[in-house]
Parts: sequence; structure tokens; C-alpha cells
Amino acid sequence: MDALDLSRWQFGITTVYHFIFVPLTIGLSALVAGLQTAWVRTGKEHYLRATKFWGKLFLINFAIGVVTGIVQEFQFGMNWSAYSRFVGDIFGAPLAIEGLLAFFLESTFLGLWIFGWDRLPKKIHLASIWMVALGTTLSAYFILAANSWMQHPVGWTMGDGRAELTSIGAVLTNSTTLVTFPHTITACFLTGGAMLLAVSAWHLRRNNQPEVFKPSMRLGAWVVLIAGLGVLITGDIQARVMTEQQPMKMAAAEALYETTGSASFSLFTIGSLDGDEELYSVRIPSLLSFMATGSPDGEVEGINNVQSEYEQAYGPGDYRPIVPVTYWSFRLMIGFGGLAMLIAAAALWFTRGDRRPRSRWLWIAAVSTVAMPLLANSFGWIFTEMGRQPWTVFGLFTTAESGSPSVSAGEAATGLIVLTVLYGVLAVIEFGLFLKYAKAGAPEIPAPTTDEADKPLAFAY
Amino acid sequence: MELTTVWFLLIGVLWAGYFLLEGFDFGVGILLPVVGKDDTSRRLAINTIGPVWDANEVWVLVAGGATFAAFPEWYATLFSGFFLPLLIILVALIVRGLAFEYRGKRPGAAWKRGWDRAIFWGSLIPAILWGVAFGNILRGVPIDANHEYVGGFFNLLNPYALLGGLTTLSLFTLHGAVFLALKTDGPMREQAGRLAARLALVAVPVAAAFLIWTGLTHEDGWGIALSVLAALALIGAVLATRARREGWAFTATGATILLAVAALFVTLFPNVMPSTLDAANSLTVTNASSTPYTLKVMTWVAVCFTPIVLIYQGWTYWVFRKRLTLSDIPASGAH
Repeated sequence: MDALDLSRWQFGITTVYHFIFVPLTIGLSALVAGLQTAWVRTGKEHYLRATKFWGKLFLINFAIGVVTGIVQEFQFGMNWSAYSRFVGDIFGAPLAIEGLLAFFLESTFLGLWIFGWDRLPKKIHLASIWMVALGTTLSAYFILAANSWMQHPVGWTMGDGRAELTSIGAVLTNSTTLVTFPHTITACFLTGGAMLLAVSAWHLRRNNQPEVFKPSMRLGAWVVLIAGLGVLITGDIQARVMTEQQPMKMAAAEALYETTGSASFSLFTIGSLDGDEELYSVRIPSLLSFMATGSPDGEVEGINNVQSEYEQAYGPGDYRPIVPVTYWSFRLMIGFGGLAMLIAAAALWFTRGDRRPRSRWLWIAAVSTVAMPLLANSFGWIFTEMGRQPWTVFGLFTTAESGSPSVSAGEAATGLIVLTVLYGVLAVIEFGLFLKYAKAGAPEIPAPTTDEADKPLAFAY
Repeated sequence: MELTTVWFLLIGVLWAGYFLLEGFDFGVGILLPVVGKDDTSRRLAINTIGPVWDANEVWVLVAGGATFAAFPEWYATLFSGFFLPLLIILVALIVRGLAFEYRGKRPGAAWKRGWDRAIFWGSLIPAILWGVAFGNILRGVPIDANHEYVGGFFNLLNPYALLGGLTTLSLFTLHGAVFLALKTDGPMREQAGRLAARLALVAVPVAAAFLIWTGLTHEDGWGIALSVLAALALIGAVLATRARREGWAFTATGATILLAVAALFVTLFPNVMPSTLDAANSLTVTNASSTPYTLKVMTWVAVCFTPIVLIYQGWTYWVFRKRLTLSDIPASGAH
């Protein structure tokens, strides 16, 4: 492998890994803030215990999201210097704005929230966690604006060998951003809700602290359902925007080789996806046309047709992404998201009123929900990034042109190996801690002491 | 003033803020094995920076992002050219950040010892390497006509840059000791005060040597003036430390760091990364910068939001202004 391939693997691994934790951070910060708000407003102790319990899992997760985020900020320059030179005038701005507006907000107020339990007035302490939630959401907006510009460049002009910004407003209100942001944020809530649902189900099956975990489970399940609905609606709009802006990606998502009216959508296919006769597939008639165009008999362009259009527009070359990857990641994204919603609906139904299901499989399904949005999120990003290939900036700049000429294959290999091994070790540590604290259950709230002077800190590392 | 100059100064401010704030975080981490004889005292030291270290670290992320936005050529050449040192810094910052959050999460002594090592090495290594990196930027590195670094890894380990690394290491360690003396009470305050007095004996000659070497090789009037002021501030820090005036000592080590960064940036200007191969290859504020429009947009963003950030981050320090003592540290497992 040369430096470019090694850098691609590094970017893929570090980014997918980072994005395991990010949606949990975004979803859980708002859910913890919501639970703490419920406690401040009602004074009910089980809300406080839930806040502390989910807050701890949130923090374990936040830490690893933050430290792996540093790599994201640096590796554009380290491994992708040609890309950085080409897009810096545009792409750097949302990144810098993200740091100034979002990273400072979330890190500063998280410190205040963690250490401020006994020092800040109750409402200011509550406002701190809301600031953290706001920071994480702002961060998502700016980074998605940067990514959307790579999917669909707007507000730019070609300067002296580089893309130059002509309208920051166009970049921040890119139609791609406007559909990607709600799609991603609702997916983050789905992820957070699934965490509440799954961990609560684990405790409820053992009849452990039902006063805390029954409300948490139902909250989680409702969030999964409502957010899931949002993911569906925004995903539907996004598919149409994508079909218009990146027709190759939509064609590759279905492995559709020839332009078709009233195109069917295959749930799965056995056989190769290279356009030859497939062995077996299960198809829903007209669904692809509906997803891509909003009409059941709308025409969807095929890979071969788009390929020849691109050749005319951009010169000779292979403009097809790796079709099996886009085909399967697209299905796995939708499938895992949908499965999480089904389980959430079942969980709500079977625990309505005072009911407590006895079926072992129901509980196992509920606990397994935690993994589904994480997988769906990863496949979603793998789909959208792999589906854009061979471009880094669609229509403007290819991945092959984007690497760092001054980084040798040896250096790139070192980076890939060091970060992959480190991330692997951290995954084991993180998973162990997460299990330990998830199983430990919600803390009891100690009776208030009157002796204020000698009291140790409410929280310390 | 040209917007390119404004952004050069702003990036200088971001690095100065980063070294001022994370400088003492690094110092506390480096001193952890010295001041922390037992678990409770190690926790006391860690908790002096507990609520603030993460936001302090954001300064470097914003410095990186701002360089990308305002000087993409500089960002690209610097980050790809200094690939391996930056990789080492990344690993160090990752394990150190997790160590703060995770070391108290399990009871075992081996678990805590492991994370304590992560804090020590994760603080020591970046404290040296940032100095090495800036030493090399000032000294100039081989950059070809395409603005690509062509020097390799070992070219970065030259005497001047290594002295830069020792300078940041000794300054940050001193800064951390002074911070510990300011933020604690009881035995640790005493010990940190004594340590600071001894560390100053190392920091003064090392920093003076680096600033004199810089002054002699660059002969930049303003740079030399600021270096002299930095040296005076450092001497002030020594005197304040000996007089046990912790607030003044911290102000003085902070001023030393700010003035030293100012001296480096003023000396560098108008270059951002000089080339040793050919002056025509050097990256400057002009040939490395973004377009005037991007700089204008970013200036508005910075003007509107930087004051707000400074206010709430400053407020955090006010909230957590109380000195900590051993009796403030709750029993293990209380979190």
C-alpha cells in the first residue's frame, strides 16, 4: 500500500471510531439535561438519581469522544495536505468556527457541570448541562456544513489553483447541510434513546431499581420512536437531494446499472452486484423511484449512464464507487435504524401500565438495541463518504490528488498502526468501564449534612 | 492593519493562550510523581486542574482550526511536515485526557498507577515537543518550491530546536509548580513553593540561553525587546516565589510565557515558516493566507465571539478559585 491508501484507511478507522462516541455525546447530553430539568422542576429524587446515573455514562463516553476529536482536527493537515491547500480557504472556516463557538462552550461548561454540583446555584448548574448540549449540537452543525461542502460545493469560485470562498452564507445554508444536519441530529437522539432503553432493560429484567429504570426505559423508547421518525423523514428528503446532486451515489446505493423508470428497491441481493444477472433478490416495486424522486414511476439514473455523463463532464476516468460497499452500507444503515424502532415500539407496548414481560427474548432484544444505532450511524457515514468516491470534493478534487506529498509510506503506516492499536486498546478499556458503571445502577442520594465547613467536594477526580 | 497581519497576531494570541493555560496543566502533570506521595495527594494535584484542563486544551484545537482557515498553506506544510512529532503529541494528549477522567473509575492500585504514568508522560512529551516544533519554525526548515517540507524527522532534532523544547519544558514545569502553590493549601502549598524556587534555577538559564540564541540569530529589534521583558518577568517570578507571593509569582510566570510567545511571533513576522533552502520558498503571511473575503468573515466571527468565550472561561476560574486541601478530596469511589 502507498501513503495514500494508508492515509485513507487511517481516516476511515479514526473517523468511524470517533463517530461511535459523538452521537452518544450529542444524544445523551440533551437527555441528561432533560432529566436534570425534570428533577429541578419536580424535586423528585428518582430524576436526580437518573441524572447522576446517565450523567456518568455520558462522561465516560464524552472523554473518549473529545480525545479522538483532536486527531480529526490534525489529520487533515498531516495526511491530506494537498486537500488542505486546495480547500482551506473554504473548509477551514467552519472548522475554526466550530472550535470557537462549540468546543469552548462544551468543554468549559462540562467542567462547570462535573465539578459544580455543590458550588453553583441549582439553576446555573442546570444551565451548564444545557450549554454542553447546545455546544455539541453547534459542533455538529459546523462540521456537517464542512462535510456538506465536500458533497456539494457551493459559494465558491476557482482561484489560483484552489477553491476560494465567495459566500459564507451559501456554505452555511447549503441545501445539503440543511438536510444532513437534522438527519444526523435525529440519529444522535435515536442513539441516546437506545442507550437509555437498553441499559434500563438490563436492570428491569433483574427488577433492579425499577423506580429509576422504568421511567428511563420508557423515555428512551419514546425518544427512539420519535427521533427514528425524524430520521426517516429527513433521510427521505436527503435521498432526493442526493439523487439530484450526486446521482452516482444513489445509483450505487441500489447497484442500479441502467437508467430505469419505476425502479424497484432490493431488500437484499444474493449474487454479484456488478450488473450481471443476480441469483436471487427480494424487491419492493417502485420504492427506489419513490425514494429518489418522490414519485413511484420517476426515472432513476443508472451507474453506467452516470458514468458516461461524468466522463463528458470531467474527462476520462472511473467515477464509480465500490458498489458492494455502498449497496450494503445503505441497507444496513436503514435496517439497523428500523430494527431499533421496532424494538422500541415493542418495549413500549409490553411495558405499558404495570406490565412486565417474562419473555427472555424480549429482554435480550431490548438490551441489544444499544448496538443498532451505533451500527446504523457507522454504515451511514461509510455509505455517504464511500459513495462520494473518487472525489474528496465532488466534481472538483479527487481523493487521489488529496494526500500529503511530504508524508512517506513509512510515516503513514506508522500513523495508521499507532492510532489503530491505541484505539483498539482504548475500546477495551472504555467498554469495560461502561459495563461496570452501567451495571452498578443508579446511586443513592446521601442525606444532606449540616456541617458545611469541613465537607469534602461533592465531586473530585 | 492588513487582515493577514491581524490573523498572524490572532494565531499568536491563541498559541500564547494555549501555553499560558495548558502550560500549567502540563506542569502539574509533570510534577505529579514528585508532589503526589500517596493517592490522596496525587488526586489533590489533579483536581487543581480538574474543572479547567479540557477547556484549556481547546485553545490548541482553535489555534489549529484558525491556522487552517486563515493560513491554509501554513497549516498544510506544518502539519504534514511535522508528521511524526505531531503523531506523538496526539497520542500523548489522548492518553493524558482519558487519564484524568478514568483514573478514579476503578479501585485497583495498578489501574491508578497506569493512568498516573499516562498523565506524567502525556504532559512531559507535549511540553517538550511544542518547544521543539516552535524552535524549528523559527530556525527555518527545508521547504521546497511547492511549499513541501523535505527535511525528514531527524532534521527536526537540531540543537536550537531541542533547546526550545527544554525551554518550554522548564517554563511549563515552573508554571505548574507556581500554580500548585497558588491553588492548594497545607503541605502541598509548601512543597510546591519550594519546588518552584528550585525549578526557577533551571528555567532561568535555559530560557535565557534560548532567547539570547534567538536574538543573536535573528537580530529583530522588537523580538529582542520582548525577550528582555520575558526575562525580566521570569526574574520577577523567581523573586515572588522566594517571597512566597503566589499570586504575583503566577502572574509573572504567565507573563513570561505570553511575552516569550510574543517575542517568537514578532521575530517570525512576516514569515510564518521560513525555508532554509531558498528564501523564495518561505511561507509568509501573504503567500500562505486565505483570501481577503475569508479573512474578513473570520475576523467578524472572532470579534463577536472571542470576548464571550473569554468571559465564560474566565468565570470558570472565578467559580473554582478556592484553594484545595487534602480534606477537600472525597473518599475514593465517591464519584
